[in-house]
Amino acid sequence: MEKKTIVIGVIGADVHAVGIQILYYAFSEAGFNVVNLGVMVSQEEYIEAAIESNAEAIVVSSLYGHGELDCQGFREKCEEAGLEGILLYVGGNIVVGKQPFEDVEKRFKAMGFDRVFGPGTAPETTIDALKEDLLGIK
Amino acid sequence: MQAVLLIDFGSTFTKLTAVDLEERRILAAAQSFTTVESDVMQGFNCALEILQEQLGGVEFIKRLACSSAAGGLRMVASGLVPSLTAKAAKLAAFGAGAKVIKTFSYELTDEDIDVIDDIAPDIFLLTGGTDGGNVKVIQHNAGLIATAKKPFPIVIAGNRSAAKVCHEVIASDIHPTYITENVMPELNRLNIAPAQAVIREIFLDRIVSAKGLSHEKALIEGIIMPTPASVLAALSLLSKGTEKTEGIGEIMCADLGGATTDVYSIAKGYPLNPSVMLSGLREPFEKRSVEGDIGMRYSAKGIVDAQGLEEIINISGLSKEEAENYLSEISKDKSRLPSDNKTKAMDFALAALAIRTALIRHAGELERIYTPSGAVYKQQGKDLTGIDKIILTGGALVHSDNPQAILDIAISNIEESSLVPRNPKAIVDRGYILSAMGLLSTYDEESAINIMKQYIGGHVDRTGQ
Repeated sequence: MEKKTIVIGVIGADVHAVGIQILYYAFSEAGFNVVNLGVMVSQEEYIEAAIESNAEAIVVSSLYGHGELDCQGFREKCEEAGLEGILLYVGGNIVVGKQPFEDVEKRFKAMGFDRVFGPGTAPETTIDALKEDLLGIK
Repeated sequence: MQAVLLIDFGSTFTKLTAVDLEERRILAAAQSFTTVESDVMQGFNCALEILQEQLGGVEFIKRLACSSAAGGLRMVASGLVPSLTAKAAKLAAFGAGAKVIKTFSYELTDEDIDVIDDIAPDIFLLTGGTDGGNVKVIQHNAGLIATAKKPFPIVIAGNRSAAKVCHEVIASDIHPTYITENVMPELNRLNIAPAQAVIREIFLDRIVSAKGLSHEKALIEGIIMPTPASVLAALSLLSKGTEKTEGIGEIMCADLGGATTDVYSIAKGYPLNPSVMLSGLREPFEKRSVEGDIGMRYSAKGIVDAQGLEEIINISGLSKEEAENYLSEISKDKSRLPSDNKTKAMDFALAALAIRTALIRHAGELERIYTPSGAVYKQQGKDLTGIDKIILTGGALVHSDNPQAILDIAISNIEESSLVPRNPKAIVDRGYILSAMGLLSTYDEESAINIMKQYIGGHVDRTGQ
């Protein structure tokens, strides 16, 4: 089976470098072709990487509470750049403070993210979601 | 004596340098006007005569030549994303010694093909997509470039999954097509050596003869590379050294011409501070950049556009009217040389600002980002702040009374975020021996590096017109 390409990275001015390495390892082991952009990634960098590598999903991590600001307009930029319909995930400590996850999920979905993952999500959960969305495996 | 003749067919001058490999020294140097319109051998023979007058008739065991005559190696490149494969393609072409007339990104259009036909490049470099990545754009571009009417060879160095299809679409009598490795096989990883090897091969096989530079094959054993590639080879050798001779470490070079300014860096350029994140395309250890809009005469206007008339006035000490007058004079008469203190001051200011602009564009940049836990830094490109030696060459620098002062002004008044050298020493290649030594390095590395260490920064008499 052809390997699906996904782009991952930690968005904005966030320098949490360990978790993204773990995700890189877990996603690669799960059979994906992973382009890891590391930390402090701008929206443009995700998009450019997805274009060159023909990725089918962008998985955005954010751990420092400013994810909501950093992610604004991401879907629109993807569409502008010709990445219509690309799968967008976001996960981590994506908002400030303790807020009900349902509210947070709603707001990020309204921004155009296909799936939203809260704090403490295991890599397996995201892998299952990717397999379902990209390969139709439930 | 073991005499070798090194020939540089320049756009204006054909420069000859004779060296003795036994004593590792320069025997003589001479120059004459390049005569590309009639027969390049005319200018060559004229320079050779002047040289032999000094030498008293020496037999050469080897003759090696490089060329930037007849416009040099003119290339057009295309890639996908401007900051990724399009940039990689440009870096590859520059490093191969080419003059990149234009770089295209994303999908080419019919209008773009008209532009390319007008340019009529010596080589077209087609790239786009990482290996296994995007195939759509490079295939689209292959289909369009195949419709170009002018004949030129095409190098395919993009996504390997698309290479064969692109080749089938393009290859024809007027567009001989070559497939090589991707210039960016993985995101942000540069792989330009294979494309450069193919470019050089095409240069040898086709372009040299097309430009009327391959007469008298018996006299010159071929033109082995474009001049800038030769300069890059010399700098690389001087920096790294050989097994027997120590190199001088990381260096830069600025070549200030009438129309363009070239900057070379032989340096890793990694962040010097562990808290700085490196982002974007990893640039090559041996990097060459060319500023087509920055030069002392044809491109003097570009210097004014980049740095402002105000800055030229500040540095030269002239009035606004005087500065404007001189700029209009040199735009009319490209061979105008400074004649008095005021025009010398103007050329001083133009040279310093040309170098400032070219250094800023060559070097990386540091972006400061404020976070809840303080400032963090992101570096794009190469950190060259620690480079302590810059070799200067080109007429305005070689003939200057005080090249160190030009360099000091060049690196002043630059934003802190620009990663240009902070305290470099100017070393002047007065004898224009870099290109000659790059040639020699392909034949005898030891002699080349020893001659460079002796003569660069010193004086070489070059007689002739």
